Amino acid sequence: MLLLWLVVTVVFVLARSAPGDPVLLIVSPSASATEIANARTRLGLDAPIAVQYARWTRGVLRGDLGTSIASGRPVRSVLADALPVSLYLGGVSLFLSFAIGIAIGAVQARRVGSRTDLAITMGATAVAAAPAFWLALGAIAVFTYGAARLGFPAALRLPAFGLHAPAGAPSGATWLVDLLRHSVLPLGVLTAIGAAGISRYTRSALLDVVGLDAVRAARGRGLAGVRLAVHVLRIALPGLMVLFALALPGTIAGSVFVESVFAWPGMGRAMTVAILGRDIPVVLGATIVYAAAVIASNLVADLAQPLVDPRVREASR
Amino acid sequence: MSAARRSTRVATLVVVAIAIATLGAPLFGARAPAAIGDVIGGRLLAPFARDPAGVFHLFGTDRLGRDLLARTLLAGRISLAVGIAGALLAGALGTGVGALAGWRRGAIDRLLMALTDALLAVPRLVLLLLCVALWEPSLRTVVIVLAATGWMGTARLTRAEVIAARGRPYVDAARALGAHSNRTLWRHVLPNALGPALVATAMGVGSAIMLEAGLSFLGLGVQPPAASWGNMIAAGRDVVVSAPWVSLVPGLAVVIVTMCATIIGDALRDRLAGRRSVSP
Repeated sequence: MLLLWLVVTVVFVLARSAPGDPVLLIVSPSASATEIANARTRLGLDAPIAVQYARWTRGVLRGDLGTSIASGRPVRSVLADALPVSLYLGGVSLFLSFAIGIAIGAVQARRVGSRTDLAITMGATAVAAAPAFWLALGAIAVFTYGAARLGFPAALRLPAFGLHAPAGAPSGATWLVDLLRHSVLPLGVLTAIGAAGISRYTRSALLDVVGLDAVRAARGRGLAGVRLAVHVLRIALPGLMVLFALALPGTIAGSVFVESVFAWPGMGRAMTVAILGRDIPVVLGATIVYAAAVIASNLVADLAQPLVDPRVREASR
Repeated sequence: MSAARRSTRVATLVVVAIAIATLGAPLFGARAPAAIGDVIGGRLLAPFARDPAGVFHLFGTDRLGRDLLARTLLAGRISLAVGIAGALLAGALGTGVGALAGWRRGAIDRLLMALTDALLAVPRLVLLLLCVALWEPSLRTVVIVLAATGWMGTARLTRAEVIAARGRPYVDAARALGAHSNRTLWRHVLPNALGPALVATAMGVGSAIMLEAGLSFLGLGVQPPAASWGNMIAAGRDVVVSAPWVSLVPGLAVVIVTMCATIIGDALRDRLAGRRSVSP
């Protein structure tokens, strides 16, 4: 909470220290001096800076983020429309990234130093080094246009833009299938990048654990195969939990680009559209919502730590 | 030689080769690479094609008939310069803030760390977008903003190192010899505390290049006609099906350079960790 207040303060200072008069963005270019002065009063921008700061902070804490310049709607409702899309995209891809990334990392740790290990490491480093928007463009070129040109069956030609087919709003199962088909490429791109990063971490986390006495003891007790793997994962779990909080900013960054390329009406797209349209209140609001998401996930990771790590549980007792 | 050391060596060679190629770009491009010639006859030529004037294009041409290889090399100068400058400035700023906070402690420490934590809570890309939204997008803005949003991790690492070094006997020795506090920090503490900051800065080069590409892709970074890898990828966006090489070539450049930066950063980190474990 204190941290969120700090973020709100930093955002306010940044917004105020930027060049350019925000009033001039709102009034028409031909506005007279009185019209400009009126708009300034209406927006409360003539008040002393301390008063403006107090108003802004109080508004944010109450959930009031101001009014969008472009649409005239409250920023809160603009972002509330966009948030579910981003939560769906980010949440599902984060989950898949962890499931796939941990599995890949475990396979690598199992055969450390082998050719498979080296090949996967190189592949993961390359995917992690690829810009999300570039992968997204490639995916569209191959799976949308390329598949159509090569005469793939209709099921394999994936739609590239938006959440739903533009024609009508079918209901029930067709709606769900349509949504899933539209989700494959954006989720795939975001998950590939996420899983590449997580597999790198998992590999080294597991290798650190494998050398521990506890694992030697487990081996000595005759544990092998899947049961040993579960044992090792259990010990490595607290480290991977921390990774969850660390992975979120990357997922957010990726989703900004993925939403932009695939035209998904999420937070990232709302923010980039607002930047290009100089709609500063929406930009500030989106920044605060993103920060709140990161702070909340850090908190959850901290709170979950004792649940998965008996050492922390004992220490805090 | 182990696989890791071999890949580090290859990565270093590749980066050096690319850097030399971009610096020498004007020497290879016989014609002015940004000049627009016969647009109708020369646009969107596939790789290995010859334009009507008979000039060979290894990577093909873009929609204005400009040679992609020459433009990718020219864009590389900007992308690499922005990435390296952004990462170095961020590293310097982070080292300075971390050293100040760790050395002085007290109120300055609390204030700087509160600022660090607040900025760390905002995803870096979002912070970057916020800054370019508030200031005019330009080359200089991108570098400044990359520095302003990339210093926090380094600051934390340096602060921890400086605090650890404060308690070492050599610091007491320097004090006992009458060295001024600032001199002790500069000459004795910082050189010993610099390792993690250097690794973080090396790692930062790759992410700075990626972020610059991202901003330029969204139209918020380096502005055309200046070429950067990001805005070249964006320029290939509408022809990604009919002429995929326009986006493919600069994108591969980003991947290769970022990948090499990661490998080199990893190697630096491992070497530092190795040195640590040897000397108690």
